[in-house]
Amino acid sequence: MGSFKDAAHLVRLVILIAAGVLAFLGFRFLAVPAGFGQYGFYRGPALDDIRQRPISFAGRAACETCHTDQHDKLAAGPHKGVHCEACHGPQAQHASDISIKPVLPKTPELCLQCHEAGGAKPKKFPQVVSAEHNSGIDCKTCHQPHSPKEGPA
Amino acid sequence: MHPGVEGFMYPNEFELQWSVLIVLYPFLTGLVAGAFILASLERVFKVDAVKPTYRLALLTALAFLLVAPLPLQLHLGHPERSFEMYVTPHTSSAMAMFGFVYLWYLMVVLLLEIWLDYRKEIVVGAQTDTGWRKWFYKALSLGSYNISERSRRIDDRLGYIITIIGIPSAFLLHGYVGFIFGSIKANPWWSTPLMPVVFLFSAMVSGIAAVLLIYYVLTKWRGQQPDVNCMDTVAKYLFYTFVIDFSLEMLDVLHRVYESEESFRSLDFMVHTRLFFSQIFLQIIVGTLIPLFLLGLNQVIKLPVAVRFRMYITAASLTMIGIFSMRWNVVIGGQLFSKSFLGYTSYKVDFITREGVLAAAGLTILPLFILWFLIELLPPWQEQAKA
Amino acid sequence: MKMTRRYWLVQSSRFLLIGTPATVAFLEAQGDAKKEAAAPDSYRMADHWWAMIVDVEKCIGCGNCVRACAAENHVPDGYYRTWIERYVINDWRNETGEPQVDSPDGGIHGFPPKAIPVSAKAFFVPKMCNHCADSPCTQVCPVGATFVSPDGVVLIDPKYCLGCRYCVQACPYGCRFINPTTNTAEKCTLCYHRITQGLTTACCEACPTAARQLADLKDPKDPIHEFLRNNPVQVLKPHLATGAKLFYHGLDGAVR
Repeated sequence: MGSFKDAAHLVRLVILIAAGVLAFLGFRFLAVPAGFGQYGFYRGPALDDIRQRPISFAGRAACETCHTDQHDKLAAGPHKGVHCEACHGPQAQHASDISIKPVLPKTPELCLQCHEAGGAKPKKFPQVVSAEHNSGIDCKTCHQPHSPKEGPA
Repeated sequence: MHPGVEGFMYPNEFELQWSVLIVLYPFLTGLVAGAFILASLERVFKVDAVKPTYRLALLTALAFLLVAPLPLQLHLGHPERSFEMYVTPHTSSAMAMFGFVYLWYLMVVLLLEIWLDYRKEIVVGAQTDTGWRKWFYKALSLGSYNISERSRRIDDRLGYIITIIGIPSAFLLHGYVGFIFGSIKANPWWSTPLMPVVFLFSAMVSGIAAVLLIYYVLTKWRGQQPDVNCMDTVAKYLFYTFVIDFSLEMLDVLHRVYESEESFRSLDFMVHTRLFFSQIFLQIIVGTLIPLFLLGLNQVIKLPVAVRFRMYITAASLTMIGIFSMRWNVVIGGQLFSKSFLGYTSYKVDFITREGVLAAAGLTILPLFILWFLIELLPPWQEQAKA
Repeated sequence: MKMTRRYWLVQSSRFLLIGTPATVAFLEAQGDAKKEAAAPDSYRMADHWWAMIVDVEKCIGCGNCVRACAAENHVPDGYYRTWIERYVINDWRNETGEPQVDSPDGGIHGFPPKAIPVSAKAFFVPKMCNHCADSPCTQVCPVGATFVSPDGVVLIDPKYCLGCRYCVQACPYGCRFINPTTNTAEKCTLCYHRITQGLTTACCEACPTAARQLADLKDPKDPIHEFLRNNPVQVLKPHLATGAKLFYHGLDGAVR
């Protein structure tokens, strides 16, 4: 018993450390969030959180369900690859509640965003130097936005 | 446009992510690792000359270790979530290891070693002191008052083993910080296998220099003469460690200049412009070459003690500045250039914000207050007779 | 009471007797929560492996994608989940051989016209998160707040992120930032909330020239398979082996 008496302080220390480890493990079980590790080293419910974020752009298919005439005009001309909201802005609110009226985009600023010649645009892309081409006159005077090759609206 | 930005940077790169607090953190843990290595010189490698600094080195390490997590906490976007690193540590992340390495080093190495070394004084204090000091010593004693010859020998043996475990633990405590930077392949200023080693050796340099300074200042303040043999030996080890540290850093530079790969032109320009003062002037000239000269001279010629001491103190002080600059140059320098290698930004340190100059200065001085408090409670002087 | 060995043994066993069933009970409660989290729906993650194709030759630098992303995802001012860079590369004999690159506000207002020398080559490069399969940013997250989803999208859990900024440092492409309001990391989510509902991403929706196209590598009918077969494709910084899934067509070697 003599040898143990001389190391008694170390035994107390070991008990103290063991108590600390147990307390830590207890805290750990309490603190790991629900669903952690479900799919990988992260909180599984985070995927659901992200999926539930609100949508601002309805998508072209949503517009086409009602606006079939504009869709047909678009599909026949050079703007057939341009989705509706690319010019009209996010319209998810309007698509779910049509009493919300969308604001029509402003030409010529809208048109020039794509078609102003800036030097770095691909050569084959239709672009003009607006000062020379229409010098301030609204693009809609000669080009109908949904079928621009057709002539004025 | 963007003030302080020249050339092209990716649009999300203009502002720095890691501030002066992240410069401070490796500086503080470096002091811890370095001070501990100095203590282990006596305990494990039987360099008896440095014995007068043994207890002081341990207390210094503890004081700085207690403050070390604070700059990290202040810097986090959500400090209240920092417990997550203990609860769900991502084992592929070097940063996740911080919590456990820190706890291990604090509890098992440093606190245990100090406790074992001071147990006789603690027990005596628990039995003879008064007031709150008595309760402090009683708590530390864990209710066991056995300070017989045999128990002291057990303590000594255990302390020896702890110190042996402590040396690689100290390497891990600071080496992993170097690995945090060294393992980032996205950043060519940081990404090098030398980074943990450079961090470690510069840590040892700063720790040894810090203990040298503290020992000198405290001894003088107590009206005594610093032990000449001790000072000479500490300065000698400082010199040797510094030579290794400087060689490693120069190896990195040489390698970069020689290989001259994609990032080199951009980094070279950065070093010569934005980083010139802190890297060339502060870190290399003031912080390394001058101290190396002052220390090295004393290895070849024998100067009078007073002159030697003045040179050591100057060298140690300049070294501290130099090692801080090194941390600055790594952390801040790594964020001043664009990963497109086409542009640079600049770092404006705020003054009173959470991550500003005042916070950094406060966190640097705080360990000294803690050290003063520790010295009061656990005097490192063998012949202490408190009134 | 004297602090004998017996005393400590009794205390420890009391602690264990009470503590063990308590911890077991909490464990079971966590297990129940895990089962509740998985709700059934028609989107199955295992059926998808998302990627993106960008055709540099079609990008006109209009900035529609940057604006659309900002609107869809409420991106804070001055930060960018996607952006466009304009490259002007003079004849290689110039002094540094480096391209001139600019990205005014990420291209969110388009690009002001610029006089470009006839001998120069100029183009736009859209950039965004590459949703790397061997993502270096998820590797370094200390707590598991950012991750690669089972369907190949690199996402961030803003409720768990502690804002340590390590992931921002680790991304070679500069696509991450810290949201100044939430103080958590943020970046392109490949409009995960849209693509899991059968919609395309906001940037692809807004692109007028189909320079950006969402792709699903696990869908046998997806045009990406033919695209990869018939065209030379590039990824950014291939030497870093990030497993980037943002495939560029027509990417010049000078692009950083």
